[in-house]
This record gives sequence, structure tokens and C-alpha cells, in this order.
Amino acid sequence: MTTDAAPLRIGVVVFPGINTDGDTHHALETFPGVTAEYLWHKDTDLKGVDGIVIPGGFSYGDYLRCGAIARFSPIMESITAFAADGGLVMGICNGFQILIEAGLLPGGLIRNTGLKFVCRYVNLRVETADTPFTSRCTEGDVLRIVVKHNEGNYTVDPESFERMKANDQIVVRYVNAAGERVEGANPNGSLDDIAGVCNDTRNVFGMMPHPENSVEAALAGGADGRRFFGSMIDALRGAEVTA
Amino acid sequence: MNVRVYVTPKKGILDPQGAAVERSLPNLGFQGVSGVRVGKIIDLSIDGAASVDAAREQVDDMCRKLLANPIIEDYTFEIEE
Repeated sequence: MTTDAAPLRIGVVVFPGINTDGDTHHALETFPGVTAEYLWHKDTDLKGVDGIVIPGGFSYGDYLRCGAIARFSPIMESITAFAADGGLVMGICNGFQILIEAGLLPGGLIRNTGLKFVCRYVNLRVETADTPFTSRCTEGDVLRIVVKHNEGNYTVDPESFERMKANDQIVVRYVNAAGERVEGANPNGSLDDIAGVCNDTRNVFGMMPHPENSVEAALAGGADGRRFFGSMIDALRGAEVTA
Repeated sequence: MNVRVYVTPKKGILDPQGAAVERSLPNLGFQGVSGVRVGKIIDLSIDGAASVDAAREQVDDMCRKLLANPIIEDYTFEIEE
């Protein structure tokens, strides 16, 4: 067996109101050797998975604040411990909001400046390939995937922002197709055109756009989303070899 | 004890809803309005708190842990015995 196909199990967390769990499960299993396991929010058992993805949707109807209620689900305590041990955790859209509410990622996500739900393609520029989620990219790569959200406007206090820039924690930014940060490229008004960030130990990553909808070149969505999952899978296989 | 919690967008953080409301008011003839912030009110009652101070401590804890996100929101509250 080649290292490429070494069996791997990745958890997909399911909260009530999440609606891209199926897409995320499918996206992960398009990679040879990868099995996706649903993890129910009321469980605390991570079923021995190698990595975790928190998918998008509207957990608990977005009541109070997006992600605010989900963050207190039993599974989140286990995920917090998993992340503290260096486990790889990726949050997409509502999953990003949940990771922020749980304090696993810095900052906050507020209402889009246009006050409208946005659903469209965006171009993302990879700002760092030095994360387990972007290692299959080169800095400056432009990826085309979709956003679909109402609260994707990333913000953070100035001191944390400076620290994040110094630590290279801004992972992807909204740009135009040529990779330039221009008016209109950013769909939600986020600070500094931020689309995705990682924590200071780089093992927790959240992004508003949806890579799980771009994993098959034969389909309209393209395959740019594979880079994020593929990087994570590479990192997990690398970790297994050293373990 | 009855408690009313006020949650507003944190000072210095852009409030897209407040900005939209502020832009609309002059169209209706209301001039000179600034600083519009749109927040929310949460009403709740607490039974069995030993004192107003104890309730205050409890509500403050609730606000920090769930009712508000201190990174993006400010909160205040009133307690009525």
C-alpha cells in the first residue's frame, strides 16, 4: 500500500441545523483511503478519528449569535481537548463561527456589511502555505469557491490583529480573479479582506467559503476546494508516519 | 428578580445594521442623528438568588459566557427586585 492511500478517518460534526454535513462527508470520501465519520453533537466520543471538520449550516437556528449555542454541545468539550493536544480541526462557515464562539480561533464574525445573505463565487488568495490546511498551495495561489452566509464579516481587536499578522495566521483573503485586493471582491466587508484564519499553533483553521462544494473537476464547482482537504489529509498521513 | 440585559455591538466595531438605520433616517426627514447602534434586549427572571449582589454576579457570568460575546459585543443589565 502506498502512503497516499493509508487509511484515515476524519470526523464530520453534526449539530441540529447543520446542512452541509452530507456534502462535507462526500468531499472527504472523494480522497482515496479516507473514511468520514459523523460525530453527533450530544456525544463526547470522537470515535478515534484522526482529524475533525465542523461543517456549515445554521446550528440551533443561529439563535442568539451564530455558533453561540453549538459551542456548549457536549462534543465541543472533546473537540477543544483534541485541539489542545494538537489535533487538526477545520471549521467551514458555521463551523468557523462555532470555533470562534468556542474561543479556539481569535476574533468574531458579524453581520455582512450589505445586510444581505450572500451566495456567490469568490476568489481566495492563499496568504500562507505554512499550515496543515494549505500545504498543497503556494502563497499567492488564487482559488475559486463559493460563499453562502449572512454573518461572515470577520473582525478582531487591533492588538490581536497585529499579533495574528506577525504570526502569519491570516490564511486566505478575498481578491479578484487576478489575485488583487480590490473593491467588490470582498463579499461581506470583513476586516482586511480576511476569509479564513488559523490559531497560533496552526492546527485549528476556520474559513467562511465552502471548499466541500468544489471537489470534483467534472462538476460546475471546480475542484479548488480539494486543496484544503488534501492538505489536511497529507498532514494527517505525515503525522501517522511519525507517530 | 427580573433582569433586563442589553447587548450592543462593541464600541469601535462596525455595526452594519446601525449604519443602515442611520442612513435611512435623513430620508424620512430626521436630521442630525448619529451613533445609531442596533442591539438586543434579553429579559429573564432569577429565582433563589440570595441578594441583588449575588444575582448581579450570576448575570454578569451569564453575559460573559453566553448572552454576549465580549469580543464583538458590549453588555449592561438592570436588576429589579
